[in-house]
Amino acid sequence: MQGEELGRRRPAGFGRTFVATLIGLIYFFPVIWMILAAFKTRADALATPPKLFFTPTLEHFWASFHRLSADGAQVFDTGLDRNFFNSLFISLVSVAFALALGALAAYGFARLRLKGRDTFMFYVLVLRMVPPITAIVPLYFLFRVSGLGGGYVAIILVYTAFNLPFAIWMLKSFIDELHRPIEEAARLDGSSELKILWRICLPQMRAGIAATAIIAFVFTWNDFLFSLLLTSVDTRTVPVAMTRVVGADVGVDWGVFAAIGTIYLLPVLLIAFFLQGQLLRGATFGTVPR
Amino acid sequence: MTGPHASGGTERSGAPSAQARAAPFVAPALAVLCLANVLPLLWSIGISFFRFRADRLHTPPRFLGVDNYLDLMSDPDIWGHFINTVTMISSSVSVQLVVGALLAFLFHRPFPGRRLVLMLVLAPMLLSTVVVGTFFSLFYDPTFGIVSAFVRPFTGAPFAPLGTPTSAVTSLIVADAWMWSPFVMLMLLAGLEGVPLFLHEAAQIDRASPWRRFWTVVFPAIRGVLLLALLFRTIESFNMFDLIYTITNGGPGTSTESISTEIYDTAFVLFETGRASALGNISVFVVIVLTRLYFQAIQLRKEAA
Repeated sequence: MQGEELGRRRPAGFGRTFVATLIGLIYFFPVIWMILAAFKTRADALATPPKLFFTPTLEHFWASFHRLSADGAQVFDTGLDRNFFNSLFISLVSVAFALALGALAAYGFARLRLKGRDTFMFYVLVLRMVPPITAIVPLYFLFRVSGLGGGYVAIILVYTAFNLPFAIWMLKSFIDELHRPIEEAARLDGSSELKILWRICLPQMRAGIAATAIIAFVFTWNDFLFSLLLTSVDTRTVPVAMTRVVGADVGVDWGVFAAIGTIYLLPVLLIAFFLQGQLLRGATFGTVPR
Repeated sequence: MTGPHASGGTERSGAPSAQARAAPFVAPALAVLCLANVLPLLWSIGISFFRFRADRLHTPPRFLGVDNYLDLMSDPDIWGHFINTVTMISSSVSVQLVVGALLAFLFHRPFPGRRLVLMLVLAPMLLSTVVVGTFFSLFYDPTFGIVSAFVRPFTGAPFAPLGTPTSAVTSLIVADAWMWSPFVMLMLLAGLEGVPLFLHEAAQIDRASPWRRFWTVVFPAIRGVLLLALLFRTIESFNMFDLIYTITNGGPGTSTESISTEIYDTAFVLFETGRASALGNISVFVVIVLTRLYFQAIQLRKEAA
């Protein structure tokens, strides 16, 4: 749909293309700095002016996952692989839950006349906007008392709840745009509402589901504060684990930090590249029509 | 969990009412929201009237009435943090809107390789805030930082951007605006895609000047999205925590403390849970007001469409 849109629009001239590319490169500077730092030795990384040409090394990538004992004889695991697993697992599961529950609720709000629907939608939005730290203070206590603290259930519940308002808003906006007659026909044929949602609505809004999923995934993947205070050693995600590298007593190991940051950026960068058009829609909570 | 939807079981001519049919669809989501959001917020309201420490579970909370709130309201430090927060939000969001708008106008026309170049601009908002924060704190380092390296040849002395209150606030705003301007760009690009092409063509046939074309064709179409961007980024910046935590940690002194970092310190450093909850509730109130405006802006857009 986006390609078609673009095809109709007047293409940019050479000047604009040049300036856009230049600005893009300047904008990207801190990111490329990080990626290069991941491949530099410590001396190269801190050299001023920054070195553009250097002999790349993979030692930081190795050091992200392994640690040598003091005498150099033994190799330990840093546990970062576990953190990566946690980030992936927690993000995927909570986004999946948010999409499933969000789709049901969006359909309910969009298709079935509810009294006070706007008020509901407003408070759903408020829940997304509440400062995370405000929500964490009571959650921290409630999880501690209930014994859920530090487990996967707790953090997945929290992320699901945080992504849900966004999912409801987005998916409702897509359902609002669908053409009704097919649904009405199915309804007259006696199809259940659930079947209409699953068989008729959802297949038509794959792009919308993708848009919702990416934004929610990027948020969960990169979140720091919830993970900092509501996970334990076993469930800790990468952003929190990264701060341990910074806090090491030998000073910040920039190479290792850059290596972890680079590996962590790669998946979201790829997803965003292939689903770029969906990001546009997602940025506006679905309030801009296709 | 019971919501108003559960009460709507009135049946008309045999068919279940809309409310009754909607309930099973909406209920699971509301149940999760109640469990993980509403319940904690209610607890937070309750405990804000007590002296309570979450690290001493066996010491029973002591009732204080509204003392926590009165205390906060009369604390000059809190007002200082509030002013910090407002300064940082207004400067950062202004920069984000201006830069985001410029980027959007630069990128809304297709050109070869646009998809790839756009990724260069989008990368910052895809990074973890911890990564952004930590690298900017390196850029701002007086000895190894690139900012200091640029300034040193002119002044002859190392430059510490995080050394004085004003420059520390500026440094934070630069990092925040760099990270989130692309988000504003995305919103505006989505808005620009909605500008009907025939309007452009009509304006061209009328030989309207680019300036006039902007104000009569483009601006009215993106006004709504601009307002959404303003409000959404304001709310998100109000909640800003990660960058402050990783770049300045509130310093120098308390010059970059925001309401979020103050809540964090009160709740998880001092463990004064009751007081932290009271401050949290005040911030929720501010956010509800801002969200109301955001919601109104969305409704306006819908009516305009």
